[in-house]
Amino acid sequence: MVHAAYLMLLFPLAGFLFLVAFGRRLGDPVAGWVGTIAVTAAFVVACMVLAGLIGLPADHRVVVHNYFTWFSSGGLSVPVGTLVDPLSMTMCMFVTGVSALIHLYSIGYMKSDRDYSKFFIYLNLFVFSMLLLVLANNLLLTFVGWEGVGVCSYWLVAFWFQRESAASAGKKAFIYNRIGDAGFLLAIFLIFEKTGTIQYESGPGGGIFGQLSHLGGGTATAAVLLLFLAATGKSAQIPLFNWLPDAMEGPTPVSALIHAATMVTAGVYLLCRMNPLLHLSTPGTVVIATIGAVTAFVAATIACAQQDIKKVLAFSTISQIGYMVLAVGSGAYIAAIFLMVCHAFFKGVLFLGAGSVIHGLEDEQDLKRMGALRRYMKWTTVTFTIGYLAIAGIPPLSGFWAKGDVLDNTFAHYKPLWVIGLVTAVLTAYYMSRLEILAFGGEPRFDQPGPHGEPPLHAPHESPWVMRLPLVVLAFFAFFGGVLDLPWVHTHNLESFLAPVFNGTLYNDNLAGGAEWALALTDIAAALAGVIVAAWLWRGAEVDKPALEPAFLQRVWYWDDFYDTIIGRPGQRLATFCAWVVDARVIDGAVNGTAHLVKVTGTAARKLQTGYARNYALGIALGMALIIAFMLSRTWWG
Amino acid sequence: MSLSGAWYLGLAAIVFTIGAIGLLVRRNVLIMFMCIELMLNAANLTFVTFARMLHDIGGQAVVFFVLVVAAAEVVVGLGIVVTNFRRRSTTVADDLDSLKG
Repeated sequence: MVHAAYLMLLFPLAGFLFLVAFGRRLGDPVAGWVGTIAVTAAFVVACMVLAGLIGLPADHRVVVHNYFTWFSSGGLSVPVGTLVDPLSMTMCMFVTGVSALIHLYSIGYMKSDRDYSKFFIYLNLFVFSMLLLVLANNLLLTFVGWEGVGVCSYWLVAFWFQRESAASAGKKAFIYNRIGDAGFLLAIFLIFEKTGTIQYESGPGGGIFGQLSHLGGGTATAAVLLLFLAATGKSAQIPLFNWLPDAMEGPTPVSALIHAATMVTAGVYLLCRMNPLLHLSTPGTVVIATIGAVTAFVAATIACAQQDIKKVLAFSTISQIGYMVLAVGSGAYIAAIFLMVCHAFFKGVLFLGAGSVIHGLEDEQDLKRMGALRRYMKWTTVTFTIGYLAIAGIPPLSGFWAKGDVLDNTFAHYKPLWVIGLVTAVLTAYYMSRLEILAFGGEPRFDQPGPHGEPPLHAPHESPWVMRLPLVVLAFFAFFGGVLDLPWVHTHNLESFLAPVFNGTLYNDNLAGGAEWALALTDIAAALAGVIVAAWLWRGAEVDKPALEPAFLQRVWYWDDFYDTIIGRPGQRLATFCAWVVDARVIDGAVNGTAHLVKVTGTAARKLQTGYARNYALGIALGMALIIAFMLSRTWWG
Repeated sequence: MSLSGAWYLGLAAIVFTIGAIGLLVRRNVLIMFMCIELMLNAANLTFVTFARMLHDIGGQAVVFFVLVVAAAEVVVGLGIVVTNFRRRSTTVADDLDSLKG
């Protein structure tokens, strides 16, 4: 079954094409079911391919298949092919699995939307692009998938484009991603220039990884940093993270699918895929680790002060991906993947839970207008709480193991960054507890008028089963996801499965058992500290506490204002200059000047048109005389 | 005695020049027509002269074509002049300046 990997791509593609052709006719809810079945089929194929892959001996688990040549030009030949190995299959499993659940959830969430079938067209195309990104066996095909998820993200963020904010959020996401994409392209050019190939693996000594000796230290660092620029765009890291919070303008299943579980991990996946290259450049990995840690911290502080339930989760996502990037920078790729998988589960359940809350509360997203939802939405409350405890790092839920793995590795390599990571863990537990308390705890506030005089909301209702089922499944995995990679198990787990991919580039955290215990206890203490502080600070009925939500954090460290000042405003001034000076004076001046010149010449020339036949005859005679004179001169002196 | 070809050519040049200058300086359309005829016939004389000098009958053949064209031209031209005179009561070329720019 390992050779059937292309089926994983074909099912969502077929679903996409089918829905493009017939989606509008099928309508609500058949179109949704078609999309869900297409992705579920991909998930089933992924399971079978994974089973086939595990059946192979551990050192033969790299299956490259070229189906046809996309194009070839000179020394460059770009095949369309798949690379099935433990890394890509781990990604495929959770991408297809979580996507299938989110498709199912969307059937309920998008019910009676005007563009119901269009939504599933985009979702299926997104899953196809994501799988193409993951399964591609060369950089250029990965880039195709990379662009595909980017454009699907743009369409889906701006899905309700009648709203001005959604339309501009879509554009913002797209433009921020484009900056990263430029880095990706340059990295591809650089790697091709130095290694002469863009394929990851093509037999022994072939492919990029067999040719790495052609990359000098400086070139390797440049390639790593360019790839990392691409990753910061897609995975929303400093300095390109601002688009992700705005992307919450999209429908909540999109936020869950794209902006929490799958697409934003593409950057981390790319870095993991290129791990032999990263290994060549110590400065590059130090930059990656530092940016990851700083992003994790900054985003966590901002999440503490947000009022919008989805914005909190968005900044939490940025922060968690910061952890993954920190792990990649520390050489702990397996820890990064482990956290990525667990994060897909618990962030999936958190976003879908938030979607359930928003659905039940007539599209209200303000935490300050919720409260006591535990009495009205039991399923949502239980599943959301599991997700919350997992991300906060409370044992024995998955988040504890995954985050612990990252922090252990960081402790072993970059102790200052470990401190930042630990502080971030406290903040994570704090802001998630705040979210949980404001939404589900305390007394109801939705039955009171809003801060801007909005009318009171009706009592919330629980969501239909198509929305509850994904919540339950994801909550189950969020709870038990940790068993994939428990620290005292060393065979038949995620680590031993992934290790061949990272063979030789993986740092081992040489921590003694005692140190590991101490670090685990520190993690637990950090998580509990965050929870307790939040519970104490937000205990009363009063929810407006400006001291705990400084404007500095609410305004995202003034990061958007900073970009606005150094890029946005000068850009606008340049545009104004171009419009009123370059266009109005220079370009229009040239056009009008030409017309004026023609007019002046014409006015002068019309005087020649006397209307007297003799004048014309004179002209002819003179012309003749000149021609004859010329010919004579050629005869006599030529 | 026979004159050399140069004399004929000289005569043709003089006749042509009289015709050309006449065309330029006279205002009466009919006179201008006569001038054109002068120029055509000067050209004919040249053709015949060269035909004799080069022993080539082709030059004399062309003269017949020119005569035919000149006859046709006069028919059309005089037709225009007569029509124009009926409409405007003038045969002065300078009065026909409605194409003035």
